[in-house]
Amino acid sequence: MAEIIQDIQEQEYIINMGPQHPSTHGVLRLVLSLRGETVLSVQPHCGYIHRGIEKMCERLTYQQIIHLTDRLDYLSAHINNHAVCMAVETALGIEIPERVKYIRTIMDELARIASHQLWWCSFGMDLGALTAFFYGLRDREPILDIFEESTGGRLIQSYYTPGGLMKDIHPDFQKRVKDYIIYFRKKIGEYDQLLSGNVIMNQRTQGIGKLTKEEAISFGVTGPSGRGSGFECDVRKHRPYGMYGKVEFKEILRSEGDAFARYMVRMDEMRESLNIIEQLIDNIPAGDFTVKMKPVIKLPEGEYYQRVEAARGEFGVFISSKGEKYPYRIKLRSPNFSNLSALHTMANGQKIADLVAIGASLDYVIPDIDR
Amino acid sequence: MRGLINYFSGMFNGIISLLKGMGVTGKYFFTSPVTIVTQQYPENRKTLEMFDAFKGEVTMPHDENNEHKCTACSICQINCPNGSIEIVSRDVVNDEGKKRKELDKHLYNIGMCSFCGLCIKTCPSNALAWGQEFEHSMFTRDKFVKTLNNEGSKLMQKKGVE
Ligand code: SF4
Ligand code: SF4
Repeated sequence: MAEIIQDIQEQEYIINMGPQHPSTHGVLRLVLSLRGETVLSVQPHCGYIHRGIEKMCERLTYQQIIHLTDRLDYLSAHINNHAVCMAVETALGIEIPERVKYIRTIMDELARIASHQLWWCSFGMDLGALTAFFYGLRDREPILDIFEESTGGRLIQSYYTPGGLMKDIHPDFQKRVKDYIIYFRKKIGEYDQLLSGNVIMNQRTQGIGKLTKEEAISFGVTGPSGRGSGFECDVRKHRPYGMYGKVEFKEILRSEGDAFARYMVRMDEMRESLNIIEQLIDNIPAGDFTVKMKPVIKLPEGEYYQRVEAARGEFGVFISSKGEKYPYRIKLRSPNFSNLSALHTMANGQKIADLVAIGASLDYVIPDIDR
Repeated sequence: MRGLINYFSGMFNGIISLLKGMGVTGKYFFTSPVTIVTQQYPENRKTLEMFDAFKGEVTMPHDENNEHKCTACSICQINCPNGSIEIVSRDVVNDEGKKRKELDKHLYNIGMCSFCGLCIKTCPSNALAWGQEFEHSMFTRDKFVKTLNNEGSKLMQKKGVE
């Protein structure tokens, strides 16, 4: 008997978490090796939702690519499109109107708030606080309405196009956004009351899933997850694009590197995003919402790279062109893929229940990992 | 002794933090009871009005004489990234003996449409527009293919030209 018990204690136990596990928010399969309840290793197996978007882009014109980058990280659809549009615009050397830059920056920040709200919902839900889910969705709804009114889409908008925007914003846009800033400033306090100070949530996240700054840099963990480890990686701050060079905002940094730090970074980022929008919303200049583009865009031969700060980290688009109307090759640097690679380092030696908390704090979107 | 105090103060603080959270839900329970019960979707079906810009489906507006603006130029078909549009045209000969294309069927497969809006944006004759329908479920796939031009419809003649 004693031998059997010793055997069990020493043996590794391999189980699959996913691909249909609710806490993986999609079809991600994690192969865990466990000793008792302790996680020894985590091996993510990707590819369940691989659609070959990079390959498909080789047969699409630059205007058509937009509808595919929408569907990578669908929660930062605007931001991904911003990267593609800017890459094409810099390649062609065209200057886009100020109005477009303002609107794009505001839309990006709204998308970031909406994305962090949904993350907050699912974070609470993964840790067992289902109520949080409904409160987060309630506050996300007005943002989706703002999107719908101006762009026609709620989750996936296809609103940016190389050279500008598909259509102008709705006349009510400014008023609605200003109302929303006032509304959400009040409501975000509720988030802190509900979850941030909750004793169960604190004990399940503080000191869990540690990632040092060096590890974050070596794995390329960017976005709020990287900044929770003190890695200064905000593209908006260090390589400003759009209007980010002209507005004042703080880069939120925390040094703890645990799941709670990543949580707090996102909470503070929502407040910073409100500040950014507030500085821009009253000053949207009049003008065209797009520059006149040729119906067929041909990029000059060469290679172009553009990076932006998506809601989950640095998103990059690399376009290699041979001077034709289709790109020769497109490579997308998706933030979630790099963030996921650090999962083993974070979860190693933790309990299996903590893996759910770590995953929730990483906020992965599977279509962005698999592309 | 210190351990015991910590134990109880930890428990006490824990309960306080839980009560704070419960306070938020409790407040809504008593202040807005209408919104806390489960509702049918969409909750305001009778008064629901979608935004003008809402991308429900691609439609082809017809005027009162059953005339549309589509010249069967196939630009929307070329621009669609998913191949969800197919233009079926027929050749007609007009009075002067010139051959001209005329729209027979504008086939639109909503099952393959990703609502990117390129067809509507690039149509040179402004023949397409967004419709406001948002419930698209069907029992079979072939119902997804819709003919956008009405039965027996004609091309709208431009007034004041020729
Ligand atoms: S809908 Fe417009 S783009 Fe399409 S065939 Fe008709 S006229 Fe041409
Ligand atoms: S909206 Fe886009 S995908 Fe849909 S039919 Fe038009 S071009 Fe094709």
